[in-house]
Amino acid sequence: MATRETSKVPVNLDINGEQYDVLVEPRRTLLDCLREDLGLTGTKRVCDVGNCGACTVIADGRTGYSCLMLAVESEGLKITTIEGLAGEDGLHPVQQAFIQEDALQCGFCTPGQVLSVVSLLERNSDPSDEEIRLAVSGNLCRCGAYPKIFRAARTAAQIMSSK
Amino acid sequence: MTTATTFVGSSVKRVEDPEFITGSGTYLDDIKLPGMAHMAILHSPHAHARIRGIDTSKAQQHPGVLAVFTGKDTAGINPLPCAWQAGGVENHVNTPHVLASDEVRYVGDAVAVVVAEDPYTARDALELIEVDYEPLPAVVDPEKATQEGAPQLHENAPNNVCMRWTAGNQEATDRAFEQAEVVVKQRLVNQRLIPTAMETRGAIGSYNPGTGEFTIWMTSQAPHVMKLLLAAFVLNVPENKIRCISPDVGGGFGSKIFCYADMALVAFASRQLGRPVKYVEDRTENYQWTTHGRDHVTYAEIAGTRDGRITGLRVRTYANLGAYLSTIAPGIPTTLYGRMVPGVYKIPATFVEVLGVYTDTAMVDAYRGAGRPEAAYLIERMVDLFAREVGMDPAEVRRRNFVPPNEFPHDNGVGMLPYDSGEYEKALNRALELSGYPEFRREQEEARRQGRLLGVGLSSYVEVCGVAPSAWIGLNGQGWGAGLWESANVRVHLTGKAVVTTGTSPHGQGHATTFAQLVADELGVPMEDVIVEHGDTQGTPFGFGTYGSRSLAVGGSAILRSTAKIREKARKLAAHMLEASEEDVVWENGRFTVRGSPESARTIPEIALAAATGYSLPEGMEPYLDETSYYDPPNCTFPFGTHVCMVEVDRDTGETRLVRYVAVDDVGNVINPMIVDGQLHGGIVQGVAQAMWEQGVYTEDGQLVTGSLMDYALPKASMLPNFELDRTVTPTNVNAMGAKGAGEAGTIAATPAVVNAVMDALAPLGIRHLDMPLAPEKVWHAIQERSASQKEER
Ligand code: FES
Ligand code: FES
Repeated sequence: MATRETSKVPVNLDINGEQYDVLVEPRRTLLDCLREDLGLTGTKRVCDVGNCGACTVIADGRTGYSCLMLAVESEGLKITTIEGLAGEDGLHPVQQAFIQEDALQCGFCTPGQVLSVVSLLERNSDPSDEEIRLAVSGNLCRCGAYPKIFRAARTAAQIMSSK
Repeated sequence: MTTATTFVGSSVKRVEDPEFITGSGTYLDDIKLPGMAHMAILHSPHAHARIRGIDTSKAQQHPGVLAVFTGKDTAGINPLPCAWQAGGVENHVNTPHVLASDEVRYVGDAVAVVVAEDPYTARDALELIEVDYEPLPAVVDPEKATQEGAPQLHENAPNNVCMRWTAGNQEATDRAFEQAEVVVKQRLVNQRLIPTAMETRGAIGSYNPGTGEFTIWMTSQAPHVMKLLLAAFVLNVPENKIRCISPDVGGGFGSKIFCYADMALVAFASRQLGRPVKYVEDRTENYQWTTHGRDHVTYAEIAGTRDGRITGLRVRTYANLGAYLSTIAPGIPTTLYGRMVPGVYKIPATFVEVLGVYTDTAMVDAYRGAGRPEAAYLIERMVDLFAREVGMDPAEVRRRNFVPPNEFPHDNGVGMLPYDSGEYEKALNRALELSGYPEFRREQEEARRQGRLLGVGLSSYVEVCGVAPSAWIGLNGQGWGAGLWESANVRVHLTGKAVVTTGTSPHGQGHATTFAQLVADELGVPMEDVIVEHGDTQGTPFGFGTYGSRSLAVGGSAILRSTAKIREKARKLAAHMLEASEEDVVWENGRFTVRGSPESARTIPEIALAAATGYSLPEGMEPYLDETSYYDPPNCTFPFGTHVCMVEVDRDTGETRLVRYVAVDDVGNVINPMIVDGQLHGGIVQGVAQAMWEQGVYTEDGQLVTGSLMDYALPKASMLPNFELDRTVTPTNVNAMGAKGAGEAGTIAATPAVVNAVMDALAPLGIRHLDMPLAPEKVWHAIQERSASQKEER
C-alpha cells in the first residue's frame, strides 16, 4: 500500500487572517489540521461526527463543524477560530459577555458556543430569544450552562449595539 | 491597600474564564510532548465471550506501528483496584485486568492496544488484529442476573451477586408494616445513565529511564489517589516514582474519579518504547467503557397512617454494578444510597437491602449525585404515592413528616452520620410561595375540567456532602480503603503574592476563584495576588480530589487551617516588628494593628517580606510564611431544599412541556453566589434530563444501543425552561465557613420533582407510575391504554 507521506497534498489556509501552508492527507479534517498541524487547540473535539458543536468555526461568515470539513476543502475560505476573536483592544464582546454572565464551567464546549453566538450576532444584531436558542441548539453543554449562555448572548448583543 | 472582608459572599467573576474563553486552556488532548507516540485500544464487540486466540502479526507489520500489546504482554500489571469494598463485598471482588486475556465480559472490555506514530495509524491497525472469540450467553438486567440459570460472570460470585448489604432495623420495620393502616408498594427503575463529560477521557504516560520515574497526565478528578493506586496496586512502582498531573479537565461528573486501564497502559507502553505515549478515547469508547451511573431496580414499600404519617419504609434494591467493580462502585448503592433513603423524613422504622449485581455491561460507579439521586428519587416518589393513597396534598404529607428543626443532629436510623442542620419546612414554604403552588392547584382543577393535563411535582431532598470523616468512612466503617480528609498548602512569597495548593481537583467548578476569595479575605490581600494550584502531585500535599461536593466543605476547610496558621505566625512577627506585645496585636480590616494605636500596622505582604528575608525574626522563628494543613472533617454536611416543577402533558402526543421550575436550595453559607447558581443550574439540567430523556440502553444480548451523541439523549439548549433559583441559608457547624456544598444538589432534587409533576398531570387518567425517562412515546402509550380501559369501564 502507498505510504502516508506520498499521499499528502499541499493546502493553503486562511485562519484568523493569517496564511498557513500545510501538507495534509486528503482525509484530514479541518479540526485535525487546526489542532494537530497548526497547534490551534482552542477548537475542541467532542464527538468527531457532527453531533455536538464543540469544533465550531466560522467559515466565510457561517458556522461550520470543523470535524465534518476536510482541510483540503477549506482552502479559499476565511476561517475564524476561537483564537482569532480577541483583538488588540481585548476580548470580543461575546467573550466578555460569557464571563460576565458566567456562561461557562469546564470550558470545553465554550469555544464552540462563543463562535455560534458571534456568528449569530454578525448576521443579526438584535436576535430574539428563539433565534438565540436556534443559534446555539447545535452546541451541547454537559455542564448545563444553557440558561446563562442565553443571557450571555443577549448581553453581548447589548454590548455590541452600544458600541 | 487593605482589603477588609469583601470577597467571600460576592459574585466575583471567575479567574478561570479568560483562559477558557480564548481557547488557551490546556486540556489533555492539547498536550504534545516531543517524540510522543499514540495508543489506540481494541475493545470487545461481544458482551460475553471466551478469547481463544489473538493474532496481532498483521497489525505489527503495518507501517507506522511501533508495538502491539495484548493481555499476555501486560500480565505483570495487576488488575485495577476496588478501593471501596463496602460490607458484603469481601469475597466477591472482581476488577478488570488492563487487557482481558481469557474472557471478555462487556462490549468495551479492552483486549489489545496498538502504539503508532500517529493516532490514525494506531486506529487503522486495530482493524488488523484478529481475535478469535467464542461467544457466551450474556445478561444485562440486574434482577434477571440473580435468577436461577442466568449466565454467570465470575466464579466467585454465585448468581452474579457481588454483595448483599443491609441497613436499618428489619424487625421493627416488619412490625411497622404489620400494624400499618396504609401500605403502598411500587417497583421503581432508576435507569442507567452515561455521564458523557464533553471532554472524553485520556492519559499520557512518560517514562524516564534515567530516573525510573513515570509522569502520567490524566483527565482525572483525583490525581493523588491515582498516583497511590497506580503505584501501590497496579504497576507496583514506588509511590515516589509516579507523578500524576490533571491539566484542565472538561467535565467529569464522577466518571473521571476512577482508575482506568489506559492510565496503566500508557505508562507501560512508554516504558516499553522509551517514548511518551498518548491515549484519548473517542466518543464511542467513552460511551462503551468509561463508567456509567445509577441502574437500580427497586421494590419499595411505605407504611403509614390514614392521616398521612409515615411509619415505615422497606426497600430492596438490585444495583447493577456492571461486569467488574470500578474503583468505588460498591460504596455508591450502600453508604451513599442505602443510608440516605429516609431523606428529610422522620421515619420510625426503615430497612434497606441492597444486592450488588454483576452483569455484562460497562462498569457502574459514581455519576453526579452518586447514590443520593437514587435515594431522593425513591423516597420522593414513594411519599407522593403515599399522599395519593391517603388523599392528601403531597405538600402537606411532606410537612407532616419532616424532621423538625429542633431535632438536629438527626439520626436517620440507617447508619448515616447525624444530619447536621435543617429547616426543611422553611425551604418547602418558600418554594410553594415562589412557585404560586396554591394558585397552580386551582388553575389545575380548572384545566382538568377542560381535559388538559397540568401537573405539579415537589421534591424535598437532603443529601450528604463534604465526604467524609476518615474514621467513619474508612475500612472499619463504611469500607473505604483510605481516609477522606483534605490538604492545603498556603505560602506567601517575599513579594506578598500568595500561592495556594489544594488536594482537590476541579473540572469546571471554579475552585481557583472560590478558594482565592477565601484566602484573599483571610490574608487581607487583593484577589489577584492569590493563585490556586491543583492537579499536579509533584511537590504538593496528598489530597483525595473532587467529588461528593467535598471540595469547599473539606478542601476549603484545609485552606482555612493553613491561613489561620499563617496569621498566627504573622501575628507573632507583626508584634516583633511593631515592638508590641503579642497580646496587643489584633487583626483588623485585613491587617495587624496594635490595640489602641491603629496607626501602627503591618499587612501580610509586609510581614511576608520580613519572614522571607529573615533579617530580623523573633527568637526561634523559622523564615517564610508557608503552612500546610490536613483537615479531617468531624462530620459530613447535609444540604437540603425543595424543588417545584410544573408541567403540561399533551394528551395527543404524550409530550411533556416544562412550564415552570422553581428551586429553593439550602447549601449553607455561600462563598460565591454566581458559582453556586451555576452549579445548581447544571445539576438541575442533568436531573431533569434523567426524568425526561436520558437512558443508557443495552439490548438483551449486551450490545450498547446508546453509544453515541446521536443515540444518547443529552439535553440541548432548546429543551429546557428557565429555572428560578432561590435560597434559604441554614449554616452548618461542621466547618468554619458554615458551607455545605452545592455541586450535586440540583441533580439530586430535580429528577423526582419532574416525575412527580408528570404523574400528577396523569393522575386523572388513573396512571399511578411510569418509569423514567418519560419520553413522549411512553407517556402517549400509557394515556392510550388508560383511555381505552376507561372507555370500556363506562
Ligand atoms: S466534534 Fe465536531 S460536532 Fe462534535
Ligand atoms: S462548560 Fe462544560 S460542557 Fe459546557
